[in-house]
Amino acid sequence: MDPKGSLCANNCTRSSALTSPGNGLQTNLSSDPPSFYGIRIESPFKELNPPSPPTHSVLPCESNTDIEIPDQENCPLSDSSHTSKLQDWNPSAMLNNLSFLEEKIYQLRDLVHLIVNKKCQPFGQPHELVTQEQQLITADLTSIIVQLISTAGSLLPSVRHTLTSTNPLVGQLDQLHGINLPFGSNPSSGIRPQNNSGNKPFDQPNQNGLPNNVEMEQNYNMEEHEPKDEEDVDEGENLPPGSYEILQLEKEEILAPHTHFCTICGKGFKRDANLRMHMRGHGDEYKTPAALSKPHKETGSEPKLIKRYSCPYAGCKRNKDHKKFQPLKTILCVKNHYKRTHCDKSYTCSRCHTKKFSVMADLKTHEKHCGKDKWLCSCGTTFSRKDKLFGHIALFQGHTPAIPLDDSKAVAEPPDLQNRESSNMVGGSMNFSFGSNPSSENVVQNMMDMKANIDDPMNYFSSFNFDGCNFGFNEFSQLPFEDSEGSFSFLMSGSFNYAPKFGGGESSSDNI
Amino acid sequence: MAPFVLAALESVLPHIVLHHMSSALDGERDSFVNYHNTLRISSYEFRPYMSFSLFPKPTQQRKQKTFPSLFRDHPKRQRSKAKRSSAMKKQKRAQQQNDTNPFELLSEELMFVILDFLETAPLDVKSFSLTCKRFYCAEAKHRRLLRPLRAEHLPALAARYPAVTDLDLSLCPRVGDGALAFVAGAYAATLRRLDLSRSRWFTASGLGSVGAGCGNLVELDLSNATELRDAGAAAVARARNLRKLWLARCKLVTDMGIGCIAVGCRKLRFICLKWCVGIGDLGVDLVAIKCKELTSLDLSYLPITEKCLPSIFKLQHLEDLVLEGCFGIDDDSLEVDLLKQGCKTLKKLDISGCQNISHIGLSKLTSVSGGLEKLILADGSPVTLSLTDDLSKLSMLQSIVLDGCPVTSEGLRAIGNLCISLRELSLSKCLGVTDEALSFLVSKHKDLRKLDITCCRKITDGSIASIANSCTSLTSLKMESCTLVSQEAFVLIGHKCYYLEELDLTDNEIDDEGLMSISSCSRLSSLKIGICMNITDRGLTYVGMRCPRLKELDLYRSTGITDLGISAIACGCPGLEMINTSYCTSITDKALFSLSKCSNLKILEIRGCLLVASIGLAAIAMNCRQLSRLDIKKCYNIDDSGMIPLAHFSQNLRQINLSYSSVTDVGLLSLASISCLQSFTVLHLQGLVPGGLAAALLACGGLTKVKLHLSLRSLLPELLIRHVEARGCVFEWRDKEFQAELDPKCWKLQLEDVMQ
Repeated sequence: MDPKGSLCANNCTRSSALTSPGNGLQTNLSSDPPSFYGIRIESPFKELNPPSPPTHSVLPCESNTDIEIPDQENCPLSDSSHTSKLQDWNPSAMLNNLSFLEEKIYQLRDLVHLIVNKKCQPFGQPHELVTQEQQLITADLTSIIVQLISTAGSLLPSVRHTLTSTNPLVGQLDQLHGINLPFGSNPSSGIRPQNNSGNKPFDQPNQNGLPNNVEMEQNYNMEEHEPKDEEDVDEGENLPPGSYEILQLEKEEILAPHTHFCTICGKGFKRDANLRMHMRGHGDEYKTPAALSKPHKETGSEPKLIKRYSCPYAGCKRNKDHKKFQPLKTILCVKNHYKRTHCDKSYTCSRCHTKKFSVMADLKTHEKHCGKDKWLCSCGTTFSRKDKLFGHIALFQGHTPAIPLDDSKAVAEPPDLQNRESSNMVGGSMNFSFGSNPSSENVVQNMMDMKANIDDPMNYFSSFNFDGCNFGFNEFSQLPFEDSEGSFSFLMSGSFNYAPKFGGGESSSDNI
Repeated sequence: MAPFVLAALESVLPHIVLHHMSSALDGERDSFVNYHNTLRISSYEFRPYMSFSLFPKPTQQRKQKTFPSLFRDHPKRQRSKAKRSSAMKKQKRAQQQNDTNPFELLSEELMFVILDFLETAPLDVKSFSLTCKRFYCAEAKHRRLLRPLRAEHLPALAARYPAVTDLDLSLCPRVGDGALAFVAGAYAATLRRLDLSRSRWFTASGLGSVGAGCGNLVELDLSNATELRDAGAAAVARARNLRKLWLARCKLVTDMGIGCIAVGCRKLRFICLKWCVGIGDLGVDLVAIKCKELTSLDLSYLPITEKCLPSIFKLQHLEDLVLEGCFGIDDDSLEVDLLKQGCKTLKKLDISGCQNISHIGLSKLTSVSGGLEKLILADGSPVTLSLTDDLSKLSMLQSIVLDGCPVTSEGLRAIGNLCISLRELSLSKCLGVTDEALSFLVSKHKDLRKLDITCCRKITDGSIASIANSCTSLTSLKMESCTLVSQEAFVLIGHKCYYLEELDLTDNEIDDEGLMSISSCSRLSSLKIGICMNITDRGLTYVGMRCPRLKELDLYRSTGITDLGISAIACGCPGLEMINTSYCTSITDKALFSLSKCSNLKILEIRGCLLVASIGLAAIAMNCRQLSRLDIKKCYNIDDSGMIPLAHFSQNLRQINLSYSSVTDVGLLSLASISCLQSFTVLHLQGLVPGGLAAALLACGGLTKVKLHLSLRSLLPELLIRHVEARGCVFEWRDKEFQAELDPKCWKLQLEDVMQ
């Protein structure tokens, strides 16, 4: 659990988490339902601590099959082990936790804002309402903070996770550079150093900027940001043609799940670092620190030529033969571009079942927002932001904000349900159920609700008409009273010896 | 009552009808009165255990009650229908025999005119409706406002009163969706105003049926619906014709909900969103964009910023804008350009408690609104020269409220120098009000009608003298706790300000001479002279003799007052509605006997009057039938024998405080027969056992609030508590120590300690 662990140790951890799928622990993890926050609070600790001790007991060869599985999903660049681990570790719950946290932090901020403003008032505002509201706010605040802390606690292991995953990025990139070597698309021998230098501008921000962001917002899904960042940068770039070297990878290379292969057994890896970890199993010569350490970047002596990439798809704007050719900046861009534009969208959102993506990271980005924060207009249009919805409503006549159903249900349903439940009960059995189940919160309320159920308009219309209102009047005044009397007698006999007093109560109530 | 009805009859009936009636009237005037009285007496039920020595049984008991009063909860009312209908038949037969009944000749229109005259006297209306069957029908047809105490009675009420337009359900402890659905069905076409403030238990579906069913609904009060969510707001939005909407303290409503209302209720003129802390800029903005006809907008304590102000200031008809406690709005963010477009119609602006708006922001806000008449700046920035500079641009200004602002002398003088003439000025709790500045101010604004200088502790006789000399047309003067003002100054007030209607002299040095002088203000209707140690019966007698219009009198802890003073008031002020003699320890039952002459008495507080006993209270109960609030805390001598007549006669009692008295279970249980009773406070009642309390709680069906000692909570069955809560009652558990009564002087000393 040492966050400062070396790359090697990190890799060990990762593969260890991977290589132990059969030991029952892993299955526990994956089968853990994305549940309620309250339940999640404790569990991540339990789940994630155990895999760490066997860090060094890894046998690389065993992991073969396991690693293949995520690879088949064609995870673009995102290291496969990483994703699979995430899945085991129940990312959807994590997602829930995060969005919950986000929401709470917003609320908290608003509240604190309110409080700050109120504290500014001089001579303490004798206004009663103000103090009342302040108490209210502080109560809300406390509850929010408690929720925040508990939810944040459930995220704690993911912090460790982030720390481990920031380093692999480097390896990942290295790996990318190495991509060219085996396939030899560029026969020039200096490709490796060139790649390094060419990727510098991209490498740097990722290592410095991203990890922090990632830690703050989305501790697990860092690769989401990469493609977007890069392509944004790419759009604005206007390099004169000829000032850079154009590389074009073949379709197979782009879609290849693995880019690093073991020279001994032929097993493929997405990352060089993983390959190096794997190599340790092939002999002691691979266990030397030199062999394990990251092959350091050799700074090439020759003048660095900027590298840009071309899409292999003919007719694409990103293809070097296109009239208005716009080069792609990195291999990552090439991969994402190719999949997004020229491949089938094979990933379907599990929430809405309509949106499809060809890049896993895109799907995840979408899933994070899918169904949540949908600001819905009565015309059916959805908005990701509330102000956009309100702008829309202000603009169009007759459009109105649509209140989400679960909200209205939360308000409208429970009493009805209670009514129905209690109205199903028979008077006699009701008392019995009270006695046998004293802990149920709504017992008396149910009883009352049954009475309220009589007010139900349906009942009016069915049982008697308005002209028979005298009858209705009788019904109304009598029922509640009998009801209360019944419950009272129950109380009397059951738990208290009020029997002598009850007589008095009855006589007086008769006179009402 | 009856002669009044007759007088009303005579004043409105055309002579022809009178001529027809004259013979009947000559002979029947007496019988009419008798019949009427008979009915009144019979309308009170007599119970077996009521044979109480104090009250001889009335001789004219009638077994059968012809006209049930539907406002009360009478479970025993369900006497067989047959019995009633046979009684009706008998009556009909009697009517057929007696064709000369003059009331049959009155046309319905005339009866409606008579009823219009009776609108301010609900008891007279009741008497009217009990006169005969036709009057009963006419009154039922005429009634527009209904304020039931139980939602369960709505079906019967709806059958009796078909033309109701205003329905106030705020007194019902429990208003469920079923009740609202019924209202929507029964009054679909007529209902114009529905008050659900303080009502609970209804949800979005109930509101939806009202919104969709009552097409003519114009006013809806949903204040304090703290459980109401956006779905409820969306249901409200179905009431398309809504003009006025109160949503105060609907804390769970968010922008989405108010957005629905803004789109649905386009005709809104008035909306109150006070304390709706879930509503922000977006919601308010949308309201201002969609409801173009808004004239009044209350945004108090909303977490809004300046972003929604431009659209608010585009409203062409806005007259009243309340931004109290909107901390998100500050000077810097207010842009004159954005506000330039409008609000020329604005008449009243309230930015009290807006700490972040100084005179700079105020000048921006008012830069276009030249027609401003009332400005409320309470608890705001200091009143300095620069602030008053801004005020000088407002040529229509009539009223300024500066409560709780730090005030400088220059600022006050500058207000004095404004070229307008103020009608109202409130400087309550302003620090820094000096004699010199206040004198200058009032000397310039001679037309002041209302002046509030509560707790301006620095002012002395000088200020009072100039107030009395300059502002002779004052109708309201509030000067609680101006402790440096000497006794002589109050004489001046009485000599100069004849038009005073409201005078608050609480905690001042006024003496009998002052009271004598003040008694010359013959229009006085509210006089507060609590904690005035220097006044005695002599002064109060002057007030009693010369202020016949007095309605409210506060004598809290004015210990010099005895029975004599109270009886002088009771004799001279027959219209008295509220009197507070708390801790006037010399008061005895005699005072209550004399007060029982004031038949309009509604509120009686005799807290800590140690000498008062049950018999005095019984006299009040018997004669002051309108009594609705009673506080007998620490009246140790009042016991069950005071409660029983109270339960019997004071059928309008809503609220009672019995703490520390000698009332026991019996008294409390007998109170349960008051069907209006909504709230009681029972702390430290020695004779009360949990069983009795439980029985009383169950018997009082209309309770909405009960204050009890915390120790009782564990003694009452949990299920009982839940049951009573489910009926709509809120328990307040207090954990107060038993307090022995201090003697008055000791109390005053303690008060002074606290103040220093």
